Amino acid sequence: MSPEDFSEYRQKFTCKFPQAIEFFDENIEEIRSRLTQEQIEQYFQTANFLCSIGQGVEPVLAFLKYSTDLIEKLGVDVAQILKDFGYKLARSPDKNALVPFFEAMQKISSHLQKPDDLQEIIGIIENFIESTRTVIHAHQLIHSSEGLIPLLKSLAEIMFKLDIEGLKNFIEYGTRNYRDTPEQLVEYFSLKSHDAKSIILRERKGTTFQSVENKLYLFLQSHWNCEFALSAYSTGIHSIINPEPYLDEEMMALPDVYDDTRGENGELVSGIMQYYATLSHLAAHSLWSEKLMADNYAPQLRLFVSVFEDARVDTLAIRKFPGLKKIFLALHPYPEKNVCDDLKVSTLRFRASRLSRALLDNDFKPEDKLMSEFRNQFKALLSDNKQSSTAEMSKLATDYFVKSRLKSDSLPDVYFENTKVHYRDDNRHIWYHYEEYDEADEVPANEYKNDSEILDIDSLPPRYYHEWDYVSESYRPDWNTVYERLHPSGDSSVVESLMTKHSDLAKRLKRLIEIMRPQNKTRIRFQEDGEELDLDIALRSFIDLKSGQVPDLRINNSYKQFNRNIAVMLLVDCSESLNNKSEETGQVLLELSQEALAITAWTMDQLDDKFAIAGFSSNTRNEVRYQHIKGFSENYDEMVKARISCMEAGYSTRMGAAMRHAAHYLKNQQAEKKLLLVLTDGEPADVDAKNPQTLIKDTKKTVEELRNDGIYSYCITLDKRADDYVHEIFENHFTVIDKVERLPETLPRVFLELTS
Amino acid sequence: MGKIVDISQYKINQEPYYKQVNKEVDLYEAAYGVKLPVMLKGPTGCGKSRFVEYMAWKLDKPIITVSCNEDITASDLVGRYLLDANGTKWIDGPLTMAARYGAICYLDEIVEARQDTMVVIHALTDHRRELSLDKKGELVKAHPDFQLVISYNPGYQSLMKDLKQSTKQRFCAMDFDYADEQTEAEIVMKEGQVNQSTAEKLVQIAQAARNLKGHGLEEGISTRLMVYAAKLIDQGIEPHEAAKMAMIRPITDDADIRETLDNAIDMIFG
Repeated sequence: MSPEDFSEYRQKFTCKFPQAIEFFDENIEEIRSRLTQEQIEQYFQTANFLCSIGQGVEPVLAFLKYSTDLIEKLGVDVAQILKDFGYKLARSPDKNALVPFFEAMQKISSHLQKPDDLQEIIGIIENFIESTRTVIHAHQLIHSSEGLIPLLKSLAEIMFKLDIEGLKNFIEYGTRNYRDTPEQLVEYFSLKSHDAKSIILRERKGTTFQSVENKLYLFLQSHWNCEFALSAYSTGIHSIINPEPYLDEEMMALPDVYDDTRGENGELVSGIMQYYATLSHLAAHSLWSEKLMADNYAPQLRLFVSVFEDARVDTLAIRKFPGLKKIFLALHPYPEKNVCDDLKVSTLRFRASRLSRALLDNDFKPEDKLMSEFRNQFKALLSDNKQSSTAEMSKLATDYFVKSRLKSDSLPDVYFENTKVHYRDDNRHIWYHYEEYDEADEVPANEYKNDSEILDIDSLPPRYYHEWDYVSESYRPDWNTVYERLHPSGDSSVVESLMTKHSDLAKRLKRLIEIMRPQNKTRIRFQEDGEELDLDIALRSFIDLKSGQVPDLRINNSYKQFNRNIAVMLLVDCSESLNNKSEETGQVLLELSQEALAITAWTMDQLDDKFAIAGFSSNTRNEVRYQHIKGFSENYDEMVKARISCMEAGYSTRMGAAMRHAAHYLKNQQAEKKLLLVLTDGEPADVDAKNPQTLIKDTKKTVEELRNDGIYSYCITLDKRADDYVHEIFENHFTVIDKVERLPETLPRVFLELTS
Repeated sequence: MGKIVDISQYKINQEPYYKQVNKEVDLYEAAYGVKLPVMLKGPTGCGKSRFVEYMAWKLDKPIITVSCNEDITASDLVGRYLLDANGTKWIDGPLTMAARYGAICYLDEIVEARQDTMVVIHALTDHRRELSLDKKGELVKAHPDFQLVISYNPGYQSLMKDLKQSTKQRFCAMDFDYADEQTEAEIVMKEGQVNQSTAEKLVQIAQAARNLKGHGLEEGISTRLMVYAAKLIDQGIEPHEAAKMAMIRPITDDADIRETLDNAIDMIFG
């Protein structure tokens, strides 16, 4: 650049900050080469403006550094948009976000097509600021929006995975749920919290591994008859090395998402097809590839060995499944000739990729004598249904490499464009070393593993359940964490003494049970041999006989014991309120529950019904406690009674999560009728659910879900004021027990009535 | 006594197509030589019934087949009195007919029948070789040519419905399974009238489904279904469609399994 031009530009830039001037001097050349005259004018105007707003050097420096890409790509209007918003931000409590803002805009520039897109993103950010800014005493004191800077820092990664609609949903979810809890807001928007990852997975475009995992296992089993554990690695932009699929002894690793893509001829290859292609390639390796000693091969040579071996296993896979050919060809890059100069850059990968295409695609003209010759050799080795081998491929590769080598191959600048075959793996399983190193192979991270689990020796690994958010009418994914543990045991004689205390009640119930049993017989008609004559049919047969026809001989009835085909899950609320005493008798509610439980369990046992018992309570959504008292396959024996004997109460009542967890046991039972009986003394509530409606609505949704799964929910509540909410949750399926001391009597009675 | 039944109507006149896989023809002939009762074990649609027909034809003996189900009673097998305008008449059941006139009696899917029905065969299957018709008051001594054959699919029967040991141990058993790929392809070619390449592809598709047995499918695809698919292709139906209709749709309603197997068809037919 000529000195005159230089000083001309220098004058345009009126900023006086030394760092800004330094930046200018270093970069003006490059900026001028990238931007048009008009763009440069705007560029400087905006820079000057930002200099003059009295916020120091940061704003202008950030603008200078990060906006060139945007202006170059989207045009001159962008500068104005950036200036307006930058100014707004700089005068607000969120001025610290200015630099992250410019940085983020530069990083996402590849996702934007026109200035309107940028405006839309800024609009989303403004909405976010407005909704999350904390305001105290109505405008007298405005604090910054806590989540803004984390959001801006994460924006690039979010935009890599989601489209604008997805971004809006992501932000909206975080805002709505964490607006009042700044710490969690920051954690969510820094993408550290588990549900942030879940939401991104939910909103993500493309086919995620999680959504098709089951199909992939089936595919591997049916097509290739092999069993490998499958795992997914993250393909976010934060990964420094681009991960590739890989294979080891027991596992196949695949990317966490495949977006639909277009093949060379414009044909659509869906996400699931790409998964199938990758799996086929990996399975083909596991079936047909052998190991080679890496020490014998130079790194560049290994590249060519991979090319030939990959082509060989692909060819064998196509032989087995002809339909794979068009998928492989659609996904394989088609490198055009002469796109790179082999004097200036290393064309190693480029050549390898052209060779690879040639080996797979008969219609591809290599226009290179050596490549054609080696293609013929390759085909000869695999002709007549031959399989060849990894060793033969390595010989072929060595031969080709030696003959095709160029001096420029060792240049540091390697031409990479369009040379990667995405459905192929890194072939780590082919190479073994003479001395095994301590460094393990690169295992890419799986960002979806949840690190915040509390692991306890006594409890089962936690399970996650969604919770229904009635405001947005959607589920919060994996919102509740349920820890199940075995209920501690006490002295089973306590239960025995309870039964003695209620022996009168027990006698009455026993009579009821006896009445219920014999009636449970069904009549089977049209039996040739049976217990009882069915007079109507007998008469008909006789008439037939008299009229000269052959009579039906099945004139008897017999009786079969009708099995009560019922499975019952008794879910007992063990929250703090059970420690209260009953107003009438002064007896602790917990004890009453125990009594009721003991008698009902005894009743169910008498009737030979399949039943299970569990207690629940919760301490925020991250710790829903499920206490296993009796399982379906356990007998009602001393151990179970011992657990009932020492029931304790504490914490809160997150009913929905507990019911969902109980339901998953009930679902696996084989029974015609499945009943979930919930015994509670108050409404669903928890310390972290400020709005009482939230959990009530979620429990209502749970009842619906269970109904769709064939489970009938019924509530028995001790809360006299239950009518406010229990009708909404359980509709007609509830009983309010007015006289609490009659619980031990009422519970089994309700149960019998329900199941008769 | 009742009218003489014309047993020859139960003879097989035309050779049924059967391809021996593992000396089963020789084994059966040896068993028949001493009239040992035989149990054929194997999954559905792998050729058990076809085999018995073939042997009956080869030995030139009549064969009476009974398809067993839960409702058949002892009298369905043995016989009963029927009422007609003139009074009562005894009609022999299929088992009695076979025993009386010297036919092979083939009880297909015997596990389906109730166990109290099954005990009627006990006397016929040991050295006594006699059948007692209690209601009639007759003891039928089995014809020297009589032989009892049963078929049994040990796969998906529930625990409740297994054969009693006292029944099982009266028979010699032969295991049947789907033939090896080459033989199966030959069968499909012959029965389904398609060329070798198509037959081999159909076998490969069946193999994919059989790989899923226990992984979501109760039972793999039988040779019979492959033959159906082949016949459809021979009629001019496009191979993908024929395979889906005859082989995949009948065996499963699970969406994921269907998608996987449909994909196998697309991959295999190309």
